[in-house]
Amino acid sequence: MNKLLELKNVGLTYHTLNDEICAIDGLNFNCNESEFLSIIGPSGCGKTTILSIIAGLLTPTVGSVSVSGKPVTLKNNDLGYMLQKDQLFPWRTIEKNVYLPLEIKGINSAEKKKYAMELLKKYGLYEFRKNYPEQLSGGMRQRAALIRTLVSNPKLLLLDEPFSALDYQTRLSVCDDVYKIIKAEKKTAVLVTHDISEAISMSDKIIVLTSRPAKVKSIFRPRLHGDTPIQKRECSDFGVWFEKIWKELN
Amino acid sequence: MKKNSSFSHAHLLYVKKVKRETIFIWIMRIAVLIAIFGIWEILARIGAIDSFITSYPSKIAITIGNLFVENNLIYHLGITLYETILGFLIAVGLGYLIALLLWWSEKLRRIAEPYIIVLNSLPKIALGPIIIVWCGSGSRAIIFMAVLIGIIVAIITMLNGFLATDKNKILLLKAMGASKFQILLKLVIPGSLPTFISMLKISVGMAWVGSIMGEYLVSRAGLGYLIIYGGQVFKLDLVMASTFVLCILAALMYATVALLEKILIKSSK
Repeated sequence: MNKLLELKNVGLTYHTLNDEICAIDGLNFNCNESEFLSIIGPSGCGKTTILSIIAGLLTPTVGSVSVSGKPVTLKNNDLGYMLQKDQLFPWRTIEKNVYLPLEIKGINSAEKKKYAMELLKKYGLYEFRKNYPEQLSGGMRQRAALIRTLVSNPKLLLLDEPFSALDYQTRLSVCDDVYKIIKAEKKTAVLVTHDISEAISMSDKIIVLTSRPAKVKSIFRPRLHGDTPIQKRECSDFGVWFEKIWKELN
Repeated sequence: MKKNSSFSHAHLLYVKKVKRETIFIWIMRIAVLIAIFGIWEILARIGAIDSFITSYPSKIAITIGNLFVENNLIYHLGITLYETILGFLIAVGLGYLIALLLWWSEKLRRIAEPYIIVLNSLPKIALGPIIIVWCGSGSRAIIFMAVLIGIIVAIITMLNGFLATDKNKILLLKAMGASKFQILLKLVIPGSLPTFISMLKISVGMAWVGSIMGEYLVSRAGLGYLIIYGGQVFKLDLVMASTFVLCILAALMYATVALLEKILIKSSK
């Protein structure tokens, strides 16, 4: 399999007036094409910072990050970012929200818009395209946010705790939805989460980080039966994996 | 929408109750107005209050009529309206642009901060003599005063609105590769529309304060001039009549802004 994302010896130090904080130190990992990778770690260990570095929003103090062998910068990044809340703009319709990355990247062609429409149709939001975000349920809004990240057809998706703002019921079904869509579109995804069961049910590979400065503590590859996160949660080995990772985190 | 017939009886009763309440509120509002004017009129007529000092409604109405015919009320009203509207537009427009600049450059914002604080707390009326010397004692000085009083609040309100833009939404746009200008155009400006509307509402009030204040200081025409002149020659009828006209004008201008609000919100959706 091809390596899509590669982090080599990445370190980040940031400064405050009174202190110098080493947030990440010697971080090495990679992610293969169409793999689903989760990063979990103790809170405050810099999980979100790692995503910001992969996105090119932060430049690491040392080390290198490359996607498809090319170093990432903000201008050439070929990725979609999904945040905790849907972050849909309330003054835009669902359709206009989904077009946003196309407008920003200046690739607002009829062809791309057609692709956006296809995605909306495929994932059941086409009838709601003229609606405003406030008129949709939390789950539908998160699906719209995912479609927004998909319209520019990025190679890599970065998911920063995208389900944590949802209530438990919605969370399970949106988790399922998002997983299916990502697999159907054959995307590579990096998910940051603090929820162990979420990580086990979605990922091909789980990276457990140490507390600050963040390093890779261990890597797991849970192999569970089932095609969707909900099916995987029902698998008898699920608890075993949970236990293993739980112990590793503490 | 469901048709009327498909609603339950309880729902229809509820709607009726809400409508009745609204009608009641309006009737009471008008009743309060009539009561105030009525009691005022009666007390003045039976001599319970000194009508020389307080004037009374029918006298005010006659004075307004006379002003209209003899003293060119329309002329005075036009002058004040012109000064207020111009002062309002300049304060709002310039204030918005300065707030944009301050949003754009954090360094500029930090440099300007103490000056804005001082200018905000300074009573602008204290600058009256300076303004008269600089601009002369005409409409220009009054417009200048209105702008001065309005602009600082406009800047501060708008800047806070711009700065309150959701950090995560900015992050999202940055991750898409957006430039600062794109962030401004796609997010900061449309996102601060509610702030813009409340800024307009505050600025209407500020513009009136500025223009009337200015007219007290320097003018030879305008409603503020009529009020101060009436006070000096002890013609309370004139003072009351001018104040009454002023109330109506201010309410009309506020209503115009409220209408603009509705249009803006509709067009932004």
